[in-house]
Amino acid sequence: MTLSELEERSQPNLDSAGAALMRELVTHLAQHRTALREEWVDRITDAHLLGAMTREEIFAEATSVYDTYVEALETRTLEALEAYAQNLSERIIPRGVETHEVVGIVLLLRDVLARSLFAKYHGDTSILNRVFDVYEPAANSIAITVAVGFVRERERVIREQQEAIRELSTPVLQVRERLLILPMIGLLDPHRARQLMEQLLRAIRANRAKVVVLDITGVAVMDASVANHMILTVDSARLLGARVIVTGLSPEIAQTLVNIGVDLSKMNTVGDLQGGIEEAERLLGYKVVPTAEPPPAAMAL
Amino acid sequence: MQVPILKQGPYLIATIQAALTDSDIVQLRDALVDQVVRHRARGVIIDVTALDVMDSFATGTLRDIAQMVRLRGAETVIVGIQPDVALAMVQMGLVLEGVTTTLDLEESLAYFQHKHNVLGRS
Amino acid sequence: MNPAGEATDLSVAIQNETDIVTARMRGRALALQIGFSPAQATLLATAISELARNILLYAQRGEVVLSVLENSHQAGVSVVARDVGPGIADLSRALEDGYSTSGRLGLGLPGVRRLADSFEIRSSPEGGTIVVVKMWCP
Repeated sequence: MTLSELEERSQPNLDSAGAALMRELVTHLAQHRTALREEWVDRITDAHLLGAMTREEIFAEATSVYDTYVEALETRTLEALEAYAQNLSERIIPRGVETHEVVGIVLLLRDVLARSLFAKYHGDTSILNRVFDVYEPAANSIAITVAVGFVRERERVIREQQEAIRELSTPVLQVRERLLILPMIGLLDPHRARQLMEQLLRAIRANRAKVVVLDITGVAVMDASVANHMILTVDSARLLGARVIVTGLSPEIAQTLVNIGVDLSKMNTVGDLQGGIEEAERLLGYKVVPTAEPPPAAMAL
Repeated sequence: MQVPILKQGPYLIATIQAALTDSDIVQLRDALVDQVVRHRARGVIIDVTALDVMDSFATGTLRDIAQMVRLRGAETVIVGIQPDVALAMVQMGLVLEGVTTTLDLEESLAYFQHKHNVLGRS
Repeated sequence: MNPAGEATDLSVAIQNETDIVTARMRGRALALQIGFSPAQATLLATAISELARNILLYAQRGEVVLSVLENSHQAGVSVVARDVGPGIADLSRALEDGYSTSGRLGLGLPGVRRLADSFEIRSSPEGGTIVVVKMWCP
């Protein structure tokens, strides 16, 4: 079942007797707010949930959750609760609160309230049954709403972080004037390969690069589609007026390139990154001279 | 729209300033091929920075220009292909093989000067 | 957009060279408007340029119709290039790299097919040629 399908399960409509009973329950839960809330916070602490938060914080949060919970039972609408769950998730996710903790505390509240109702009505089984008939479905949809809200917020945060990591993981580095290095690391999918390609071409123009060293030592595997993107990158860079040197091709990737029939005459490859940089410097007209021996002028002193 | 052609030293510089129709490109070809000998140019520079699309016709004609200019005794450099345009070209299979490309005008002049100095010395 | 969620089609008549430029400029603007990256919009504009030129070269007149595509998670653009010219005698050869009856490079149609997400072509001597190209926002 998808998240939205879960969420769309609306609370069952109550007949007038059910509605009256629900009002009675809500009154009971509101009257015993202080005691029930205390009990809930104790149960949370005993279960070692919300370890990232202090007891005061848990108590403050518990008060809001309790009131919103009872309000949701009373109004039989989930909008306010949804908004609260979203807001709560935004606050606690950065603190490292996990999904099982959020689900855990909502189920604990459901349990604490159920026990209180049981204590009140256990003398009359038929009323007790009707009480749970109206309470359980409402409590379940509240639990689902909070859990779904949390998971959704978490997924959003994860997506954002993934995007940020992607941006960070492939910097285009300028090592010398006119020379860029693009060290590619990790898994590349076609979407990512396309992004990288665009990023590199823009960097070439922005830095007026003449030579680019594309180091793929950190890329373990490359499927045909990603390999094709790499070839397209080499060709596009040439159209812009820059040469691309590819370094660090693993045996597996060399095999892939041969299998897809790459025109190797168009590829300038050098075994390792150091060799690639040396080749790039040669293309740029640099000459690297060792300075191990002191210059003659210094000898004379 | 006609493309202006400037003579600078031994080089002809054609700067495209807006989207060109096919006839405009053909006109540019004829003008360059004619003027390269008339001005005794050693190099032809075509600045395509302003082009936001280079399709098979534009690319094919630019390649024709490079080949015809070579037969007329000079070399052609294409400058300023935009990143997005380059991506579209290579995905179409239009790679302008055999034609020198540089980042911008300055770079193409440096390319020619370097080449002609080297040749001049030998 | 109409209530069915379909955008109104944008038709550009292709009768002379200027129309090629107009068609690809409209295509780029539409693509950018619905969220294509500049690189993707350039791909689409290039494809439109090729299709419009084919109309002019082989049929002298026709039209390019641009419309917005939408499914549950993506937007895209469809390009329909239509003419009532003589049709393409050998479709499979027309889609080979380097084949051209007009003396040009012959990379037009195969190039468009390579860069499009979907590519369909129908051609007959009676009904002319219709090419349908779709590109989706990644």
